[in-house]
Amino acid sequence: MANKLVAALTDLGHRVTSALWRLGFASRFLLMILVYSGTSLRRFHLTIREIYFSGVMSLIIILVSGLFVGMVLGLQGYDTLERYGSSSALGVLVALSLVRELGPVVAALLFASRAGSAITAEIGLMKATEQLSAMEMMAVNPIARVVAPRFWAGVLSMPLLAALFSAMGIFGGYLVGVRLIGVDAGSFWSQMQASVDFREDIVNGVIKSIVFGIIISWIAVFEGYDAEPTAEGVSGATTRTVVTSSLAVLAADFILTAFMFRGA
Amino acid sequence: MPSVPSAPNDSLVKVSNLSFAYDRRPVLSGINMEIPRGKVVAIMGASGCGKTTTLRLIGGQIKPTSGEVRVDGQVVHRLNSDALYQLRRRMGMLFQFGALFTDMSVFDNVAFQMREHTDFPEELINDLVLMKLHAVGLRGAHELMPSELSGGMARRVALARAIALDPMLMMYDEPFAGLDPISLAIVGELIRKLNDALGASSIIVTHDVQESLKIVDYVYFVSAGKVVAEGTPDEIKASKAEYVHQFVWGEADGAVPFHYPAAQPYGEEIMAHAAEVSNRG
Repeated sequence: MANKLVAALTDLGHRVTSALWRLGFASRFLLMILVYSGTSLRRFHLTIREIYFSGVMSLIIILVSGLFVGMVLGLQGYDTLERYGSSSALGVLVALSLVRELGPVVAALLFASRAGSAITAEIGLMKATEQLSAMEMMAVNPIARVVAPRFWAGVLSMPLLAALFSAMGIFGGYLVGVRLIGVDAGSFWSQMQASVDFREDIVNGVIKSIVFGIIISWIAVFEGYDAEPTAEGVSGATTRTVVTSSLAVLAADFILTAFMFRGA
Repeated sequence: MPSVPSAPNDSLVKVSNLSFAYDRRPVLSGINMEIPRGKVVAIMGASGCGKTTTLRLIGGQIKPTSGEVRVDGQVVHRLNSDALYQLRRRMGMLFQFGALFTDMSVFDNVAFQMREHTDFPEELINDLVLMKLHAVGLRGAHELMPSELSGGMARRVALARAIALDPMLMMYDEPFAGLDPISLAIVGELIRKLNDALGASSIIVTHDVQESLKIVDYVYFVSAGKVVAEGTPDEIKASKAEYVHQFVWGEADGAVPFHYPAAQPYGEEIMAHAAEVSNRG
């Protein structure tokens, strides 16, 4: 019994040490990305190319998901508000839900699944096929040439995708609330305009999406660079990117919300 | 070591008492080698004997546990990253499966280093790339993507990319692995011709004995992390050393045994098993 307890504690200790070591390695990796970002951003066409692959190629899933989420919000919101005779506040409910919370969070979760996994798989495969080693042997730093452009592309794409998600969501809410159910269009838009605060709601939403962009891009490039150079290793790293970044986004969302909207 | 000059000035690469271990598992144990300028030298040995590790140590991708590697007089593992990158600009490396950038065309792969390290105008880069591709016989394939190339073609494109900036040292990691006889002969001939045309020095890590003995000037045999034999191709072919003889002539049993060591002789193990079965019965 005592032996089993010692073994379990030893195993736990190893896991904690290993996780801390990995976190330290990931932090050092982020520092290196920042150090080499100057070199990378001076050749901005590399980042633009990655914005196309990470951001533009994610547009379809972001826009369609935003539309449906907004339409569901319109239905659910109307059903609840009508019980209190406040169905004219539907626009406020849809807009605040999307701009403050659902836009940044759901767009981030979709971005992690669509672009984060692709970034990890691409860098991991480049490592497995010795393309990163080849680059190093050609005196080209892979962190500056491959990693940093993908990192910054993710950071820049995320707030734009979240904004588009929210805009499509509001449009979806309008379609269901105003066009389908018959809520007054004037109330829908005017109450939204009066109640959504630029600094408190929109800017905070944008800050959230930037933080989520940093988290997802950091995890995606790190997992790819640190992947075991085998098919199984790349597959494991891709899965870890989606799982870790989704959990990290949700945890960060709670912390940010606690700071941003306390007492508001 | 009759054909390899010992004066440092004549050696582009000098490996002295080099040891390396992964974690605590020793891979190389005090090896010494010299790569003279203008020569093609092969490092041969069975899989896992430390050949590729030696190449990675020469290229500065990993650091030795002890000993040193000097390339053109500079101790590789003591260079800071800027100096190491400067040195690598004068090295070329051909990876086992080419390691071509899969998102770039053949042309862009070969142009990669020129665009990264020089201010050449695009017209000049165009001419140089086509010249390098012509040298490996693939000028007509410059628009293809790596996924459209055969294994031999990919290896030749990687060779054109490696010589893009006319390196002083070329390193080849298993350049013959997985090639058909025609591609194998082409790659072998290209390695020799390009070395002589560029006035470079070349190191070939391989276990393809017959093809490499045709083109190299000197051979080092590595086994279990040590240099166990060395000499010119003729000396190697005539060698009576058990390991070299087995390796060169591809014999199944010899210095490297066919059987993995077992705890007890086969006969004893069979008898013991039979006795155990009869006791149970």
